[in-house]
Amino acid sequence: MSHPILETRDLTVRFGGHVAVDHISCSFRAGELTAIVGPNGAGKTTYFNLISGQIPASEGSVLLNGHDISRMSVAQRTHNGIGRAFQLTNLFPNLNVLENVRLVIQSKAGRGFNMFSMASDHDDLTAPALEIVKRVRLSDQADQIVSELSHGDQRKLEVALLIALDPLVYMFDEPTAGMSVDEAPVVLDLIADLKQRKDRSILLVEHKMDVIRTLADRIIVLHNGALAADGDPAEVIASDVVQEAYMGKELTDV
Amino acid sequence: MLTKLLSGDMPRSPVLTVVLVAILIGLAFAPFLFPGVRSVDTAARICVFIVLVASYDLMLGYGGIVSFAHTMFFGLGAYGVALASTHMGRGFDALLVGAVSGALLAAALAFIIGLFSLRVRAIFFAMITLAVASAVAVLVSQLSGLTGGEDGLSYKIPRELGPAFKFADGEIFGVKMNGKLLKYYLVFGVSLVLFLLMLRIVHSPFGRVLLAIRENDFRAEAIGYRVVHYRVAATCISAAIAALAGSIYAIWLRYVGPDTSLSMEVMIDILLMVVIGGMGTMYGAVVGATIFILAQNYLQNLMGSAASAFEGWPILPDLLNADRWLLWLGVLFILSVYFFPTGIVGRLRGGK
Repeated sequence: MSHPILETRDLTVRFGGHVAVDHISCSFRAGELTAIVGPNGAGKTTYFNLISGQIPASEGSVLLNGHDISRMSVAQRTHNGIGRAFQLTNLFPNLNVLENVRLVIQSKAGRGFNMFSMASDHDDLTAPALEIVKRVRLSDQADQIVSELSHGDQRKLEVALLIALDPLVYMFDEPTAGMSVDEAPVVLDLIADLKQRKDRSILLVEHKMDVIRTLADRIIVLHNGALAADGDPAEVIASDVVQEAYMGKELTDV
Repeated sequence: MLTKLLSGDMPRSPVLTVVLVAILIGLAFAPFLFPGVRSVDTAARICVFIVLVASYDLMLGYGGIVSFAHTMFFGLGAYGVALASTHMGRGFDALLVGAVSGALLAAALAFIIGLFSLRVRAIFFAMITLAVASAVAVLVSQLSGLTGGEDGLSYKIPRELGPAFKFADGEIFGVKMNGKLLKYYLVFGVSLVLFLLMLRIVHSPFGRVLLAIRENDFRAEAIGYRVVHYRVAATCISAAIAALAGSIYAIWLRYVGPDTSLSMEVMIDILLMVVIGGMGTMYGAVVGATIFILAQNYLQNLMGSAASAFEGWPILPDLLNADRWLLWLGVLFILSVYFFPTGIVGRLRGGK
C-alpha cells in the first residue's frame, strides 16, 4: 500500500433535483483492489462515469496522481491513465476480435492519425494485441466478428480492451455479469493477475459476495449516492447495518 | 505489388473481381474501345464521379458522417479551376492554382463546419451542411459578376489539352493523337491516383479509427480517441478530394455552372451511387458510379429501341417510351435498394 493514485474530493452530480452522487471523498492507492458495492441505483456506475469523464461533475474534483483531471475529456483521461470497462458490453460490434484489441494498442501508441500506411503492416501493434487476445483465451475467435461472439466471450473481450489499455486505474463494472459459472473464473483470474501489478489501482463494482471475499482488499459501500461504509472486507460485510440497510438481497452467495 | 497498391483490399469475390477489372479496362482504354465524343465523355464523367462518390463514402461509409454539402466542395474545386483559368489566362499554372486553392478552401470550410457542429450530434452536422450548401449555391447564382450566375463560366484550358494539339502523327486504332486524348488520360490518371489514395486511407490506422467511431463512438472515446478530431479530419480530407474531383471535372468540361456542380440533384445522385454500390466498401463507389452514369446516359437510348421493338403491342411501347426513362431509373433504384440493402459490393462479397 502506497500513495493514492486516484482521489475524488466531494465528487457530486445532480440530475435536476436528484443527487445521484453526493459529495464522495475517497482515495484509491496503488496495489489495492477496492470493491464498490451498494443496491441498484446507489450511484456506483454514475460514480464511475464521473471518474472516467462520461458525465461531467456538478461539484468536486477527480485527482489522478495529484493532478486535477476533472475538466479533461474522456479521451484525455484515458491517455492519462484512467481505464474503464463497461457494465453493458460496449465493443465495436462489426469489427473482429483482434481489431478491437488492436485499436486500443494503436490508441496508446498514438498512431491514430497515420493515414498513408497500411494498418495491417503495423506488426508492432498487432503482436501485443494477439498476445492479449491469447491471455483472455480468445485466440480461436481472433478473426471472428464481435457481434457473432457469445455473451461470455464478449465479456472477456471487454476485459481484454482494458488490459490492452493498461491504465493506472482499472475500473471494472460488473465484469462477470451474465457470464456462466464456467466462464466467470477466466475473467476473475485475469483480475487477480492484475492485482500482482503493485503500481496499479483496481476499482471493481461487483454484487457477488464470493468474488469480493477472494479479490477485494477493501470495500466501499454506496447508498443513495453517498459513501456509507469504507473498510476491510470482512468487517464491512459483517457489519449488520450494512448487511440489512444497504445490501439487502443484492449480495448473494453465488 | 498489387496488394500494396490496393492497400490489401482485394475484391474478395470472383464476380466483383471481373466487374472491377472490366470497369478498369473499359475506362483505361475508353478512347480506343468506345470511340465517339459521347462515349468518351461518359467515361470521363464516370472517372470523376468514382472519385467524388468514393470521397463521400470515406465520410459516410467509414466515418458515419452524413453531409449534404458534398456538391459544395465539388463545386469549390470546379469554380476554383474556372476562376483561375478566367483570370490568369489559359495555362497549367492556372489549373494547378485553381485546383489547389479549391481543395484548400474546401478543407478549410469543412474544418469550420465540422468544428462547430460535429461535436454536437451527427444530425446537427447534416442540417448545417444542408444550410451552408444552399447558401453557397444561392451565392454562386447571385454573384453573377464573379461566377457567371446561372449561366456559369466558360474558359480556355491549355492548348495541349485541346483537339488542335497533335503530339504525334497518325492514328492508333483510328484515334487521333491529340490533346483531347491527353485530357482524357489526365482525368483518368488523376482519378486513379485519388481513388488509390482513398483506398489507402481507409485501410490505414486512421481508417481503422474511423471504423471504430462509426461502430461505437462512445467506446472509441473511452479507449482514447478524440472522436471530434477524427471526424473533422475525415470531413476535411473528404472535402479536399471532392474539390479535386470538381477540378478535373472543370478541366474536362471547360465549363462550370450551378447545375453541373452545385445542384441538389448532383447531391442526390451521389447518395444514390453510394447506396447502390455499397457503403463503406470504396469499390462500391466504382460500381455505383459506373452503373448510375451509364444508366443516366444510355437508358434513354436503350428504352427508345425497346419501345420500337415492341411497336404494335398494347401499352408496352408507351411504358418503354424513351421519355419514361426517369421512371425506370427510379424503379431500378428501389429494386436495388430492396434486394441489395448492403449495396452491390456488399451483396457480391456475401455480406449480411
